Amino acid sequence: MSEKIKRYLGEEVKAEEIKEGKIPIEKFKPKAKYAWSAGIAISKFLEELKKGRIIASTCNKCGRIMVPPRIYCELCFKPTDGWTYVKDTGTINTFSASYLAADATRLKEPIIVAIIDLDGASEGMGIIHKIGEVEDWKQLKIGMKVEAVWKPPEEREGAITDIKYFKPVKEAATL
Amino acid sequence: MSEVAIVGFGCSGFKPITPELSYKELMFETAVKAYEDAGINPRKDVDVFITCAEDYLEGFSIFDEFVPDQLGAVLRHLFTVSGDGMLGLATAYMLIRTGHFDTIVLEAHSKASDILTYIDIVAFGLDPVYNRPLGGHPYYIAGMEMNRYLHDTCTTTEQCAQVVVKNKRNGILNPYAAYGANVTLDQVLCSETCFYPLKKLEISTPADGCIVMVLASEKIAESLSDKPIWVKGVGWCTETPSLETREWTKAVYTRMAAEMAYKQAKINNPWMEIDFAEIHDQFAYKELQHMEALKLCDYGEAGKLLEDGLTNLNGEFPVNPSGGLLGMGYGLEASGTQKLLEVVLQLRGEAGRRQIPNAEVGLAHTWRGIPTATGVVAVLSNVKR
Amino acid sequence: MYGKKRVAIVGAGLTLFRRRLKETGKELAYEAAKMALDAAGLELRDIQSVVMGTAPDAFDGVHMKGEYLADGAGAYHKPYTRVFVGGGTGVFTPLAGWWHIASGQFDTCLVVCEEKMSSCYPHPQYAFTTIFDPILERPIGMNLIWIFALEMQRYMHKHNIKKEHIALVSVKNKGNALDHPCAQLAARITVDDVLNSEIMAWPVQRLDVSPTSDGGAALVLVSEDVAKEITDNPVWIDGVGWCIDSTHWTNRDLYYPDYVEYAARMAYKMAGIKNPPKEIDVAEPYDPFDYKELHHMEGLLLCKKGEAPKLTAEGVTQRDGDLPINPSGGLLGVGNPIAAAGLMKVCEIFWQLRGEAGKRQIPGDPRTGIAQAWGDLMQYGSVIVLRR
Repeated sequence: MSEKIKRYLGEEVKAEEIKEGKIPIEKFKPKAKYAWSAGIAISKFLEELKKGRIIASTCNKCGRIMVPPRIYCELCFKPTDGWTYVKDTGTINTFSASYLAADATRLKEPIIVAIIDLDGASEGMGIIHKIGEVEDWKQLKIGMKVEAVWKPPEEREGAITDIKYFKPVKEAATL
Repeated sequence: MSEVAIVGFGCSGFKPITPELSYKELMFETAVKAYEDAGINPRKDVDVFITCAEDYLEGFSIFDEFVPDQLGAVLRHLFTVSGDGMLGLATAYMLIRTGHFDTIVLEAHSKASDILTYIDIVAFGLDPVYNRPLGGHPYYIAGMEMNRYLHDTCTTTEQCAQVVVKNKRNGILNPYAAYGANVTLDQVLCSETCFYPLKKLEISTPADGCIVMVLASEKIAESLSDKPIWVKGVGWCTETPSLETREWTKAVYTRMAAEMAYKQAKINNPWMEIDFAEIHDQFAYKELQHMEALKLCDYGEAGKLLEDGLTNLNGEFPVNPSGGLLGMGYGLEASGTQKLLEVVLQLRGEAGRRQIPNAEVGLAHTWRGIPTATGVVAVLSNVKR
Repeated sequence: MYGKKRVAIVGAGLTLFRRRLKETGKELAYEAAKMALDAAGLELRDIQSVVMGTAPDAFDGVHMKGEYLADGAGAYHKPYTRVFVGGGTGVFTPLAGWWHIASGQFDTCLVVCEEKMSSCYPHPQYAFTTIFDPILERPIGMNLIWIFALEMQRYMHKHNIKKEHIALVSVKNKGNALDHPCAQLAARITVDDVLNSEIMAWPVQRLDVSPTSDGGAALVLVSEDVAKEITDNPVWIDGVGWCIDSTHWTNRDLYYPDYVEYAARMAYKMAGIKNPPKEIDVAEPYDPFDYKELHHMEGLLLCKKGEAPKLTAEGVTQRDGDLPINPSGGLLGVGNPIAAAGLMKVCEIFWQLRGEAGKRQIPGDPRTGIAQAWGDLMQYGSVIVLRR
């Protein structure tokens, strides 16, 4: 009981104590490797990315056009009904400028990431990707139009990174 | 307190590999079968969804994230039990008995073929300071345990090998089994010694597959299924993670779990009152050791019963009619649901060529594998009272 | 509630929260569990079942971490289960304890949460790189902070909220934590301190964020019969709720947490709460980031959508306000050893309702309190309603 507990346990260790070898530690690097099957829907998505196109799946019951595609509609819980291409342009739903790399080390130049609602997909069907060709991220706005910048066909490998990034559409950038 | 019944199931697999489907698609395919079997719509009719998974077996840090869509659980009440599918059964059982929930979906799967370094991951489960730095293939723990078990009980290596012969033979009759085969005692005994005294053919091989079950309260079970399978008792127990202090012969975790389940199911003499059992047999000797811990026979007696054919498919007390994990393939955290599945099939009378005549009460048992000492036991019946 | 069993909390335990503690995960679990047992006046042999809550195995660096922690958590020779719903785990674990007893299966259950984030090198953040989809997201080089920045930005945009209003949460919670004996980041800071702190991923700045921590927390849960025997002031678990949203987080509008609302509605229905702001005296919503406290107040139906910043600015959420929010100091002040931090919130409500929160005690004899946690890919809500 908070009031009644006289002493809370826990022995703090300072970073220096570890550096100086005062705290015994056992180091280990796990060997955890996987090869995930991409499955029916995402395999098709990746194959289409290689061709420079973005494919969505459709559900006739709720009428949604879904990106990334799936073989089942999670809301209607039934198989999806077909495939359709959506555009490689879209609208920024939300964005961030990250000064942190994946391992939390600090970056000099931020990575700009955004959720992009793709044109031709149902409302709010976004994908996450990076934003490039922006001089100052403070110029970015929610609602701004962007377009995909693809790797050259010979460099594409059927991966989400076949799109290098999205960049602001010219007309929108000059507004 | 409400009685609890299994009113529907779906199973995909088990197969050595499933490169054609993602784990999500595998789960979707299986869930559809289960919902069809129980005649329910997951978007409306399910109160709680439970998935049983361990992160490192999936390759994710929070696997729970990737589960709801393919089960029909978006914006519904789902959670993960980090454990075997039968711990999920125990959880579903308790949830229904609170009186707040009537329909529960339980999912467990194995996508073992997606894991490239399975043994390294098993080793990653060892105590990081005392045990892991010793290195080596972690199945040496099974070798040590088997050695002590043989030493203490006078069970023979031939008897252990006979488990493989029986289970793989049963597996031939099971369309859900990946590794059914006719192997001879000699073939098992002459297979390579991997972790003395454990032989290569005595170790089950991982397989891919998924099982989804639908559980219901007494109130609605009979309206959902013509053949509800009642959960009469469930028990589970963790002995200790410490290799240094655990009991090496008697599978104490299983004995204590069994005592809990039997008490609830009012079973006094398991061999007489239960008709057959599905017992965790990841390693052949474990079937015998677990039979004793389950009090199906006296300590040290299981090998003899097996040798005398009493646990064969047509014997007095069939053990692992499914083919067990040696025949079906080791389904990682789905192992327990593999066991449950066979019990449900047998009690529904849907076990095809391996059907045990007039089976009324079945036992399902699981263990969480190396390096754990955690087990679950359930007694099920097609008769409500 | 006829025919349904009530479940009481009769003891709570908590370790210090620090960036690094010398204890192993097992030792932290033990320390918290032992304190909770002592507080309840019970011994381990009185405990019939144990539930563990702990976040990704990648932190402690042990596969099947629940099994590894079992003996520290007091599970030797006992029925033991680990539940896991990402960041929602800390509040979810006592829900699991609840059904162990409400089912009639057990009369006592020890609920233990532990997190040893400092084991993960080079930084605990690294463990989060594997929470993303391996095919569509990990190749982009995702970082956990990004996704919260995206959500925060969307929330601010939708309701036209200014950062200075969000920063008030950090100021309040770090200040509240000055009275918490376990706190890691208690401080008296200003809105300007928050606004001038280093940018991590805009709009998230250093002082908008809770730290990574080591720590443990525990509760003892008992049936109504046992509670009557051993204590005069049990705290009852009257409502439990949980909900998950779609994996496809980029397909949802992040400005509002539907899943928290659904979880809250489940819990409120069970507890018979019809008007949450009126009937709830104190709340501990999950606050790993300052905006999350506001987001969650709205999801918990404690105010209208977009109204939480206003209530905060008016002082309503201070300890002496009409609706005290995070009187403990929250994750921003006390620290964030993930599962243990969630359970710390339940401990705080327990102590507040018993009038034992010492310098943190809110005035007005609170009778009903809630705690909430949030997890997975911004998709999980877990809620508990406690009553004296």
